[in-house]
Amino acid sequence: MSDESFEPKIVAFLCNWCTYTGADLAGTSRIQYPPNVRIIRLMCSGSVDPTYVLKALLDGADGVLIGGCHPGDCHYQSGNYKARRRIIALKEIVKQAGLDEERVWLRWVSASEGQRFADVVTQMVGALKEKGPNPLRQEWAV
Amino acid sequence: MMRTVIPVENNDVLGAARGFLKQLLEKEIVEAVLAPMETPSGSVTPALVADPALLDAANPFAPVMGLNAARVVGPVSAREPRGRIAAVLRPCEMRALVELVKLQQAALEDLVTIVVDCPGTYRVTDYDAMRANGGVNQDDLLAAMQSGEAAPREGYVFRDGCQMCEKPHAEGADITFELFGANLSAGIPLSLPDELAEKLGLAPADGPGGRAEVVEKVAAARRQARDTRFSEIRQRLANEGIAGVFASCIRCHNCMTTCPICYCKTCLFKSPIFDHDPAQYLNWAQRKGAYRLPADTTIFHLTRLNHMVLSCIGCGVCSDACPADLPVARVFRAVGQDLQALFEYEPGRSVDDPLPLITFREDEWTGVGEER
Repeated sequence: MSDESFEPKIVAFLCNWCTYTGADLAGTSRIQYPPNVRIIRLMCSGSVDPTYVLKALLDGADGVLIGGCHPGDCHYQSGNYKARRRIIALKEIVKQAGLDEERVWLRWVSASEGQRFADVVTQMVGALKEKGPNPLRQEWAV
Repeated sequence: MMRTVIPVENNDVLGAARGFLKQLLEKEIVEAVLAPMETPSGSVTPALVADPALLDAANPFAPVMGLNAARVVGPVSAREPRGRIAAVLRPCEMRALVELVKLQQAALEDLVTIVVDCPGTYRVTDYDAMRANGGVNQDDLLAAMQSGEAAPREGYVFRDGCQMCEKPHAEGADITFELFGANLSAGIPLSLPDELAEKLGLAPADGPGGRAEVVEKVAAARRQARDTRFSEIRQRLANEGIAGVFASCIRCHNCMTTCPICYCKTCLFKSPIFDHDPAQYLNWAQRKGAYRLPADTTIFHLTRLNHMVLSCIGCGVCSDACPADLPVARVFRAVGQDLQALFEYEPGRSVDDPLPLITFREDEWTGVGEER
């Protein structure tokens, strides 16, 4: 149900040290990427509370992106390893609950990977355009 | 561990069990026993009993479950100073206790755990109705544990959680009452540490044998009942979504309050995070055309799944507590089965298994997050 005029809204929770800085680098490097992403900066992917990912999805965000440092590079040693388990668990719960777990993306993007950040957002926007709008956006009984 | 048999006289199984609990106090093995007690009005509630004479009201076999007793073990064990206590628990309560220990809400250090094989339990309302009308078939249930064919009294059913419980047997405790497969009028088989047996003056004795076969027979039937419920609820979740399944939730938080695993003193859902401004509700209503109230029911259940489903030990008290009769336990157990398999975690098995979400391995799921 691709819709030419549909512009997905993505809520992105990015870690301060890697992915947010990577997004910053994409900007300062003048790398073009779709403007569909609303970035929320956190100190660590390990501090992303799954409840806020769920809140975004249930309120109609078309996608949620969680960005952190590559494994081994966490500023706090192990935050991203914990985030990995947490998001895997979250996606499984979202799937079991009859919701669309493919709207939740976890990606590692380092501070030097401005191009990768732009690629991730471009890919995600493409995938979400394929999917169409989040049906929960219009559903009042959630 | 030593296997022994407590003698039963005149078919008084309950009396023999009470006598055993009294010995724990009289021989000063513990300072108090936490056990299900029959109140003067005939209801059953856990109590911390320090006076051995009062253990005449203890009923470790009462087939009723209003709460998961692990919830009350926490407060009497978690912090020092504390006394040395024995706690009489069902298998599901022991599993919940193991999880609570890992969540630092209870401690095993000064605790003697006594777990009793469980034939199944009634809801409090059914138990009370039976008491008022012909009595509870407790003796029949105990007798039927020999064959593993314990059935609820005609016209009644066991709790939904019990009907799908595939782990009804005592394990992982200090003392286990091994009722399955036993002719209890001949004695109550139990296992206990050698040191305790010595203090109690109990000599080794072989039980009847065949417990494992009876447990497996009961477990197999329960697994079948469980799997039927799981496939039905998974179908509903796939068709209606979780919001559909929980559509009539009134967000009373009873499931959370009774859940032995949900321990947070201040739940996120009772915090100001979910106190939205009036204008915010209007905003949502205008955007979606309408907005369900009370708000945040779906996210409440999803978050609870996130917080505790890996530790869900399947006692089913959440369903019993639901005033809207929602299939809370079925949803949590079905989702839990998949999550627990994913993390190769068996809640309640051992205090040495780390909780899945506070641990990690560097070499797992290495492709996740690296997709190009």
